[in-house]
Amino acid sequence: MNEIIKIEKLERIFRVGSDEVHALRGVSFTIFSGEFVSIMGTSGSGKSTLLNIMGCLDRPTSGEYYIDQTAVSLRTKDELSTLRNRKIGFVFQSYNLLPRTSALENVELPLLYNNTISNRERRERAIRALEQVGLQDRMTHQPNQLSGGQQQRVAIARALVNEPVILLADEATGNLDTRTSYEIMNLFQHLNREGITIAFVTHESDIADFTGRTILLRDGRVVKDTAVETKSAKAALEALPGSENQ
Amino acid sequence: MNILSLLKIAGKALLRNKMRAFLTMLGIIIGISSVIAMVSLGQSSSQSINNQISSMGTNLIMVMRGNMRRGGVSMGNTNMQTLTVKDVDAIRTQAGNVSVVSPVVSASGQLVNGSKNWVGSIQGGNSDLLSIRMYKLASGINFTEDDVRNSAKVCVVGKTVVNNLFETGENPIGKMIRFNKIPMKIIGVLESRGQNQWGQDQDDIVVMPYTTVMKRILAITYIHQIVASARSESVADAATDEIEAILQTTHKLKVGQDNDFEVRTQAEMLEMMTSVTGFLTVLLAAIASISLIVGGIGIMNIMYVTVTERIKEIGLRMSIGAKNRDILLQFLCESVILSLIGGIIGILFGLMISYFASMGLSWPFVISLPSVGLSFLVCVATGIFFGWYPAKKAASLDPIAALRHE
Ligand SMILES: Nc1ncnc2c1ncn2[C@@H]1O[C@H](COP(=O)(O)OP(=O)(O)O)[C@@H](O)[C@H]1O
Ligand SMILES: [Mg+2]
Repeated sequence: MNEIIKIEKLERIFRVGSDEVHALRGVSFTIFSGEFVSIMGTSGSGKSTLLNIMGCLDRPTSGEYYIDQTAVSLRTKDELSTLRNRKIGFVFQSYNLLPRTSALENVELPLLYNNTISNRERRERAIRALEQVGLQDRMTHQPNQLSGGQQQRVAIARALVNEPVILLADEATGNLDTRTSYEIMNLFQHLNREGITIAFVTHESDIADFTGRTILLRDGRVVKDTAVETKSAKAALEALPGSENQ
Repeated sequence: MNILSLLKIAGKALLRNKMRAFLTMLGIIIGISSVIAMVSLGQSSSQSINNQISSMGTNLIMVMRGNMRRGGVSMGNTNMQTLTVKDVDAIRTQAGNVSVVSPVVSASGQLVNGSKNWVGSIQGGNSDLLSIRMYKLASGINFTEDDVRNSAKVCVVGKTVVNNLFETGENPIGKMIRFNKIPMKIIGVLESRGQNQWGQDQDDIVVMPYTTVMKRILAITYIHQIVASARSESVADAATDEIEAILQTTHKLKVGQDNDFEVRTQAEMLEMMTSVTGFLTVLLAAIASISLIVGGIGIMNIMYVTVTERIKEIGLRMSIGAKNRDILLQFLCESVILSLIGGIIGILFGLMISYFASMGLSWPFVISLPSVGLSFLVCVATGIFFGWYPAKKAASLDPIAALRHE
């Protein structure tokens, strides 16, 4: 199996005035192709810091990080941008869609920063990505015409459109109600079955149950890294009260 | 990222807030259109004055009563009776650099032909007046020196007078009209010349022997003005000096005494006018440029607001692979698009203003391509200059902090 992410003794120290905040204190793990990993931990345990480094938005203070078998340290800022553009798909808690811009155009956005992709291919891939998340009949809708769950689906389509080696989601269900959260997890499970590698940050254990492996952080250290039995999000959805009527 | 997708991104961002984009542009529109209108109108007026020079001739010399230079204050020269026909004769016989010279007496009053009448002005002169003033006859003949000696009641009239006193198509030559009850015969009609740069109708004119005007109409013994032509443009200054010397003698002025007349060449007067309009043009253009700067500051202001409002968008773009340069260029593009479109509208608007103003003032309409080209460059420069700092600010944001921004 391919190593998609390999992290060795990662440290991240923030300097706030004269204080030092150790957000990560020597984190090591490897994520293989096709895995669905949740990164758990209480607030302030360093989940977002870790995910930002994995997503090449931030650099570690020390330690090694490889994505898709290429070393990330020593890369220039522009090279990191290109890495993000080609290898990573981000999903945020607050969707971050451009307002007054159609779903299709929102999904196309990452490909605008990739010169090797023609206008036609960009459009085709955006349509395909929206189909993957089940929004083929909402392409021309603008964010304010979509529900929270639908907006997050558009954001997921946007993260998929550049065919990344890994999807990184930071509290992607944090703004959604239980049912919609389960629906989104169902979508992630579906995408994972199609072969997409996913790292999913959450502090809710019932959400982490839908993944195949949980890495638990505490005070910037990995305290547990175990394979878990994946709970079916579809089954959980059906078990929700009132599901028969929906 | 290529320039086309950059323009697309910037254009879309602007279209998301059309009203604001328009209001921002308004500053540039006003700035550029006022600069264009001012420069273009300034050039129109200079052009109109230049046209006047060539139509009147730079050889023209005018002698006026009184002295306008004394202390810079006009000394009520219209009441002075210092110029006489004798002065004209002296200039004719003694001034070697003067080819022709004529007295000028003017009167205004009612011209009547049957039931039609027209309030017009009469210019009395000798038979050379028309050529000195560069009028040409369209039909009929000029009056002769015999007519001058006899104070003949004949006149040559301009188009406006004909149009107001006769039916269309009627031949005025040989017809009698009356001026203040005095009957006179039209013997010639002048070619049309339109308006001069002050908007005066040059065809609203009746020319007749000065003797007739002095004796039969005004009953005066002095004349209002003397006009002369220098033999050529190059001796115009010499002729002016000659005339001044001759008049000082005929007026028996002592050495050191102020002249009681004033000699001006046409070229001198027009030079003065041109320098005044040139100065005004520069002044107005400078004032107009200030509004352009204000417009530019407006762009900067809005771009700052835009960047602050869109911090999250910037963070997102960075997270999906936008380089700092892409962000910088996107915001620069937005401000340049704003200033450029504003500039184009401003140029068109400014040309429109100057077109209608020139029409109204009967000035020639001049499009100055250099000033249009320059405005274009100024717009782009304004966009880049005032858009630079906001764009730089956007590009230097930290993606994580930008994404967290609320
Ligand atoms: N930019 C920063 N400057 C200083 N401290 C930071 C910064 N980002 C995160 N931290 C600190 O690092 C620790 C981990 O934060 P974070 O990774 O956001 O936690 P989580 O996402 O698990 O809630 C926290 O103590 C937080 O205060
Ligand atoms: Mg977090």
